[in-house]
Amino acid sequence: MRFQYLQPASLQEAFSLLAQHSPQAKVMAGGTDLLVAMKMQKLSPSVVIGLSQIPEMAGVAYDSSSKAIRIGALATHQEVSSSSAILEKFSHLAGAASLVGSRQVRNLGTTVGNICNASPSAETAPALLTVEAVVNIAGPTGTRQVAIGDFFTGPGRTVVGGDEIVTEVTIPDPEPNSAGAYIKLSPRRAMDLAVVGVAVFLSVRNGVCDKARVALGAVAPTPIRVPDAEAILSGEAVNDNLLEQAAQAAMKACRPISDVRSSAEYRREMVGVLVKRAIREALGRSRNQEGD
Amino acid sequence: MKERIALLVNSEEYVVDVEPYWTLLDVLRREIGLTGTKKGCDSGDCGACTVLMDGKAVDSCLVLAVAAQGKSILTIEGLARDEKLHPLQEAFIEYGAIQCGYCTSGMILSAKALLDENPHPTEEEIRKGIAGNLCRCTGYAKIVEAISAVAEGK
Ligand SMILES: Cc1cc2nc3c(=O)[nH]c(=O)nc-3n(C[C@H](O)[C@H](O)[C@H](O)COP(=O)(O)OP(=O)(O)OC[C@H]3O[C@@H](n4cnc5c(N)ncnc54)[C@H](O)[C@@H]3O)c2cc1C
Ligand code: FES
Ligand code: FES
Repeated sequence: MRFQYLQPASLQEAFSLLAQHSPQAKVMAGGTDLLVAMKMQKLSPSVVIGLSQIPEMAGVAYDSSSKAIRIGALATHQEVSSSSAILEKFSHLAGAASLVGSRQVRNLGTTVGNICNASPSAETAPALLTVEAVVNIAGPTGTRQVAIGDFFTGPGRTVVGGDEIVTEVTIPDPEPNSAGAYIKLSPRRAMDLAVVGVAVFLSVRNGVCDKARVALGAVAPTPIRVPDAEAILSGEAVNDNLLEQAAQAAMKACRPISDVRSSAEYRREMVGVLVKRAIREALGRSRNQEGD
Repeated sequence: MKERIALLVNSEEYVVDVEPYWTLLDVLRREIGLTGTKKGCDSGDCGACTVLMDGKAVDSCLVLAVAAQGKSILTIEGLARDEKLHPLQEAFIEYGAIQCGYCTSGMILSAKALLDENPHPTEEEIRKGIAGNLCRCTGYAKIVEAISAVAEGK
């Protein structure tokens, strides 16, 4: 591992360094993916641009004027999993962030870095896919907003260009009486990547599911949403029959591979089991809210 | 090209010349000579290199030394006060939570970060708190006992 390390103090400075050094340059947030990839010689950029000194990218905050939560590109998984705004509105996202690696990794690794790295199993991706998250991407000529559903383009690939930097992810307020669930299946309870990840987010009124979101991780080239399962639940009072149908739709939509962690068949089977479990969990939580 | 940086380790300032790609772990051990911090996997998996940075547990193999400037770093060498071991160090000895000792520095620093934040953790919280620290010897039971003992003020 050998490179030059540059620490811009502003986004403007970061762009000019990127322009000067790309395509040999890589940006780094927490470094928990990038440094490991460089140590294993999977990547060998000659310049690394550290983002940690750019103040406007820090932290998690709720912006009451736009009614959205803002997750800065430097916000660590630890900050996301303990943010009171995220715990209150999107506890499944906080839960996903709390399941990344270990405490030491969560204190360094960022949620934005997690999606930029774009592993099919990226822990926080399924939950972000269920909450209309928007990725803010800045480049030398301006900024653009990309819906999280359009962000991933393949394993390790996103729409972010070589001269661009993700500055933050924003999440608009949920509908009233919404609740979610994220379930990570992995052989070990910590320090393990997901074999399957399932996120569900539902808004429920008088026992009827107004709006449903279902997303899967680690079972396709990118994290995916399952519109067919969502359509089955929307506008319905969810019962066992619908649960089964939604599970079948998710099993049909996924395209898992076999690898050292699991066979494709097992992954698909578990998608069915976990989608049902996650919907039940989310329904239970939304009932508790309606009861409040 | 080497750069001269200042690191604040255990409340002492060290001025060292480092390459930009050297990790905090390598600089602590090789340049500063604080070899209490151990290198196991060098990739974030084992936790042997755990130090506290501004009070937070991190894997020092995943931190660049140049990026650790301006932070307060605590290593295992900084825990004892006036020749007196830290209560966690005492408890690890008393409860037999150390066998080969390779994981111990990282384990104790993870435990310290946990207790600083949550002085009375449940057993489950202790196990979660040290989930990023591998021990090949003890089977963890005695480590958990030692940490509970400190939390309970025994
Ligand atoms: C021991 C260990 C365990 C782990 N366990 C898990 C796990 O359980 N689940 C999981 O999902 N991941 C896990 N990871 C992977 C990693 O920790 C996460 O993906 C983390 O969120 C990455 O964030 P980072 O800030 O460290 O990213 P970095 O390593 O800094 O960057 C990752 C990639 O994203 C790019 N990037 C980062 N920030 C930006 C930005 N703002 N704009 C544009 N590009 C950017 C970088 O160029 C790089 O290509 C683990 C890693 C380790 C070492
Ligand atoms: S040496 Fe750093 S985690 Fe193993
Ligand atoms: S005592 Fe040997 S690794 Fe823990």
